[in-house]
Amino acid sequence: MKHDDLRQTVLRVLGEIAPEADLERLQPNVAFRQQLDLDSMDFLNFVIALHEATQVEIPERDYWRLASLDGCVEYLAQRLSARQQ
Amino acid sequence: MPKLGADMTVGTVVAWTRQPGEFVRRGDIVAQVDTDKGVIDIEVFATGVLEQILVLPGQTVPVGTPLATIRETGAPEERVPGAWAGPPPAEAGVAPQAPQAPPPPLPPPASAFGAGAVARAGHQPAASMAQPEPPGGMPVSAQGPPAAPARLRISPSARELARALGVDPAAVQGTGRGGAITREDIQRAAAQRAGALGRPRAEEAAAAGQPSAGAPATQQPAPGPSQAGPAQVAPPQLPPPQVAPPQAGPPQAGAPPTAAESPLAAAPMARGVQLPAEERAARMRQSIAAAMSRSKREIPHYYLGTTIDLHRAVTWLAAENERRTVTQRLLYGALLIKATALALRDFPELNGFYMDGRYKPNEAIHVGVAVSLRLGGLIAPALHHTDRLDLSTLMERLRGLVQRVRGGSLRGSELADPTITVTSLGEQGVELVLPVIYPPQVAIVGFGKVVERAWAVEGQVVVRPTITATLAADHRVSDGHRGALFLAAIDRLLQQPESL
Repeated sequence: MKHDDLRQTVLRVLGEIAPEADLERLQPNVAFRQQLDLDSMDFLNFVIALHEATQVEIPERDYWRLASLDGCVEYLAQRLSARQQ
Repeated sequence: MPKLGADMTVGTVVAWTRQPGEFVRRGDIVAQVDTDKGVIDIEVFATGVLEQILVLPGQTVPVGTPLATIRETGAPEERVPGAWAGPPPAEAGVAPQAPQAPPPPLPPPASAFGAGAVARAGHQPAASMAQPEPPGGMPVSAQGPPAAPARLRISPSARELARALGVDPAAVQGTGRGGAITREDIQRAAAQRAGALGRPRAEEAAAAGQPSAGAPATQQPAPGPSQAGPAQVAPPQLPPPQVAPPQAGPPQAGAPPTAAESPLAAAPMARGVQLPAEERAARMRQSIAAAMSRSKREIPHYYLGTTIDLHRAVTWLAAENERRTVTQRLLYGALLIKATALALRDFPELNGFYMDGRYKPNEAIHVGVAVSLRLGGLIAPALHHTDRLDLSTLMERLRGLVQRVRGGSLRGSELADPTITVTSLGEQGVELVLPVIYPPQVAIVGFGKVVERAWAVEGQVVVRPTITATLAADHRVSDGHRGALFLAAIDRLLQQPESL
């Protein structure tokens, strides 16, 4: 998956979990939690949805890397390319 | 119309998902009802044939109005005039003239089971809203058929009030339907006696302590059955439907559907009767205001708090989640809820309902979990038999519950019967919450966010993840000493996460 596709995937998943959020205004390098009202259950559902969309296994110790849009894209791209090799 | 919250006075049928003549089982979802808390799925509490539908989609009726009848296997056929029961006979008006079909006065013994099914809540005193229907428990007839025809016509709720106030029901003149003695009659009798004895009126009211009394009266525009049990509500005095009439489709009173178009055909488009989001939010605000005002007015809260070391719980959880796939992972919130439920087993004075001036502990432990809605407001539906769920199941149910709350597909039983509430502020909140009890419950447990603190362990200062647990409980039922032991028990359980 290309970076742009990943970005779209992350935004789509985020939109499902926080439908009221204005994702156009989301700052990609700032933590979601500073911009959106997400609780731990939302975040868990976010991770589950990312897993389902990309088939990437995301261990809990990596959660911190999923804090922002840029972080998500970078992490998923890295895991996907590692899997292809 | 079941009472889905202490503050609910009316509800609107949105759709029937089952048709007359269909066989339904206990627990089946048969209808959807719109309330301040969103659209709720309504389950039946009996198994049999859905005989007649009494309230059509789009109609708003007070709590307690029978919605339908179910004929249990073997029961004789019995018809409520004006009800929808399949293809309408020519003479029987399909649509009732009033906003609802007149509820049968008191269930006659023969039909009590049938009428009791969906309508069961109809014969229940308003105050017993939270009286849970323990799965597999209470027979439908619990408050149904009068044992002997010659018996006093008095609702269980009024009878209890009479007992609480020391009034002899036999000496009271009933003003309810068919001369039934209502709660108001009992209160009037008690007040007259109090006047005679010079007993202060206020004390009387306090003794009555009835959850339904006047609670919403000041907040809610609906006059409604705030005092009387629904069984005594006379249809002619009903408020007009509070909810905006359906925009399209569902038949309205006065516009009876022709025989050709079944009123139930409206079901698929019935979502149209839902309120706009702002109106819904305003109504939820109002219902929270009513419940919380009543809580602050009636319940003498006491508060306790303690800080708990979560080191073991968090460490165990991290190791456990390492082994689990993402869909099976646990949140620490599940541990907090389970520890609370297990601790409750030894504290029946915190798990139950204060109704009609006295406390009834509840054997089953149904923890209500406060879930905030994204656009404001909150709902605290129940995780049934919380103490008996293993952590994986509890977590799965919790996820489902949160999703249903936020997606608007809660079940009536989940809303109506939590026996205690847990509120957790989550990771982004603050350290301390002093929660307000949700009547008629008698306790609420709060958890702040997890905070790392300098913590003394065996003479050394170490950094530990900690959480502050609080308890708000009803001083009419329990004291601080027992409350403190309860919080200590939660702490102890969280130190052994593997046995939760």
